[in-house]
Amino acid sequence: MRLTPVLSANWGSDRPWTLDGYGDYAGARKALAMDPDAVIQTVKDSGLRGRGGAGFPTGNKWGFIPQGDGKPHYLVVNADESEPGTCKDIPIMLANPHVLIEGVVIASYAIRANHAFIYVRGEVLHVVRRLQAAVQEAYAAGILGGNVLGSGYALDVVVHAGAGAYICGEETALLDSLEGYRGQPRLRPPFPAVAGLYASPTVINNVESIASVPAILDKGVEWFRTFGTEKSPGFTLYSLSGHVTRPGQYEAPLGVTLRELLDVAGGVREGHQLKFWTPGGSSTPILTAEHLDVPLDYEAIGEAGSMLGTKALQIFDETTCVVRAVLRWTEFYAHESCGKCTPCREGTYWMVQILQRLEAGSGDAQDIDTLLDACDNILGRSFCALGDGATSPITSSVQYFKDEYVAHWEQGGCPFDPTAATLFATATQGAR
Amino acid sequence: MPFDEQTRERARTLIARYPKPRSALLPLLHLVQSEEGYVTPAGIGFCAEQLGLTKAEVGAVATFYTMYKRRPVGDYHVGVCTNTLCAVMGGDAVYAALKEHLGVDGQNAVTDDGRVSLEHIECNAACDYAPVVMVNWEFFDNQTPESAKALVDDLRAGTAVKPTRGADSVCTWREAERVLAGFYDGRADEGAAAGPATLEGLRLAGQQEGTD
Repeated sequence: MRLTPVLSANWGSDRPWTLDGYGDYAGARKALAMDPDAVIQTVKDSGLRGRGGAGFPTGNKWGFIPQGDGKPHYLVVNADESEPGTCKDIPIMLANPHVLIEGVVIASYAIRANHAFIYVRGEVLHVVRRLQAAVQEAYAAGILGGNVLGSGYALDVVVHAGAGAYICGEETALLDSLEGYRGQPRLRPPFPAVAGLYASPTVINNVESIASVPAILDKGVEWFRTFGTEKSPGFTLYSLSGHVTRPGQYEAPLGVTLRELLDVAGGVREGHQLKFWTPGGSSTPILTAEHLDVPLDYEAIGEAGSMLGTKALQIFDETTCVVRAVLRWTEFYAHESCGKCTPCREGTYWMVQILQRLEAGSGDAQDIDTLLDACDNILGRSFCALGDGATSPITSSVQYFKDEYVAHWEQGGCPFDPTAATLFATATQGAR
Repeated sequence: MPFDEQTRERARTLIARYPKPRSALLPLLHLVQSEEGYVTPAGIGFCAEQLGLTKAEVGAVATFYTMYKRRPVGDYHVGVCTNTLCAVMGGDAVYAALKEHLGVDGQNAVTDDGRVSLEHIECNAACDYAPVVMVNWEFFDNQTPESAKALVDDLRAGTAVKPTRGADSVCTWREAERVLAGFYDGRADEGAAAGPATLEGLRLAGQQEGTD
């Protein structure tokens, strides 16, 4: 398997976060010489799919914006990266903020927006600085402002820091937050393409999606389609974390397998075996060693019963208690549920209570049934996907590791030593 | 008296950045924290006055977001990720060690000297560096209980600490909040482009090239 650094190609070079270190915005220059509709068509033809989790075709999203409607249009970049396990957008923006700004110029021009926002989570101070500096630099160089690269097109970009709320990664909650409200999802329709920010047509794209656009404009659709599969074209960042010898960002064509990625990354940490993993964050059902050869693209992972999500490959070896892992994720969803929809707000709260009991070894078989019943009553019954995501770790872990739940109440406690799973475990416990 | 003319000028600058004034509410609340250290009742009143909202409307927003604090935090606010992956990799042990070492308990609890506060946080998008600790929202990667204790000792003693991926030194909580409000502090050129895990795939791609 060949790694294919494109987004990450300049991360090791000298000061890649500066305009000098980045390059000349070649993709944006090409786009600005084209008709906006032709830019949209190019991105449609590339087959680029949204890298924020859902995999919706980016060009189609742009094409939904009504033109000639007399309303202002907006581009909003979703840089609120907070899905557990996901750690790709933050390194993109830290090392290479200009690729994002170039993508913003191209996307905004295509959808006829004169105002774009980068909604970045607040808990990443230096990333915010790099974005602020890059935007300032772009204004000073005439890349942003009243006459973008001499084209006559005007674009203003605002870097907007969030304030700590996972739900704001959900696009309509993000819009409410950007309008100065509590971040709670909106009922759809109307979709943001029709009534988004300030009830105007709005495109919301993930950082990696937007950052993929400049290369497509610069090097062309055919080049982009030499990577990946027919239905999932292109390259992407796979983020390996956890019990792996060399955690990190691995940029490769869509459709590679976890086995291939682990081969490159030195495998599961020495002396240990893969137990379970997430293909794309905690909201995607867990998979096991039997799924090592499933292509990591949108279709194949879906057929395997999970979702590609954000390609956040969290690797857990046999020292990890799956009940502890699932409890912690469920606590996360309970904490982050915005409270708008009853099934999610109440369901996540009660599932935490049940999982705490199970992990402590005082649960029983009825608890498993109750958990699955609660999941049934949450899935598909709330405004947004947070509640759906909360059910994924529970249903998938019961599917693959029901014995481990049983072992907890049979033994009257957790059979695992948490120390053995840590990065700093001793050799006898199994360090890397 | 808080909210002097310079702060009011900053508030006007923030509001002018947006097509609709209310969009400046989150930045204004960060600005309040940069002045007051946390979201004080006076700060809520300030935001309400700037935007023509009621205090109830501002309070409803402020209490929704975990980065807005309702009580003072330390000059250095320490966040330990205890979401699943970091917890398993040692975040739970790091958090337990810091609670004991600092003698604090409960979310956002502050040491007696007011220097350090402690919070267990959710995923901070640095999973390839687990377990992760944040200080005033700068990254301290691959922590152990020992390294984290040494870190907070330095913070309490006033010894400068350097993030693993970030500026050359950690600024104060209030200084960080001013940047988050939207006022750049000129420090983007400090620090590296990326840490070793970020560059792992790129390094191995180079090795693959070399074997052709």
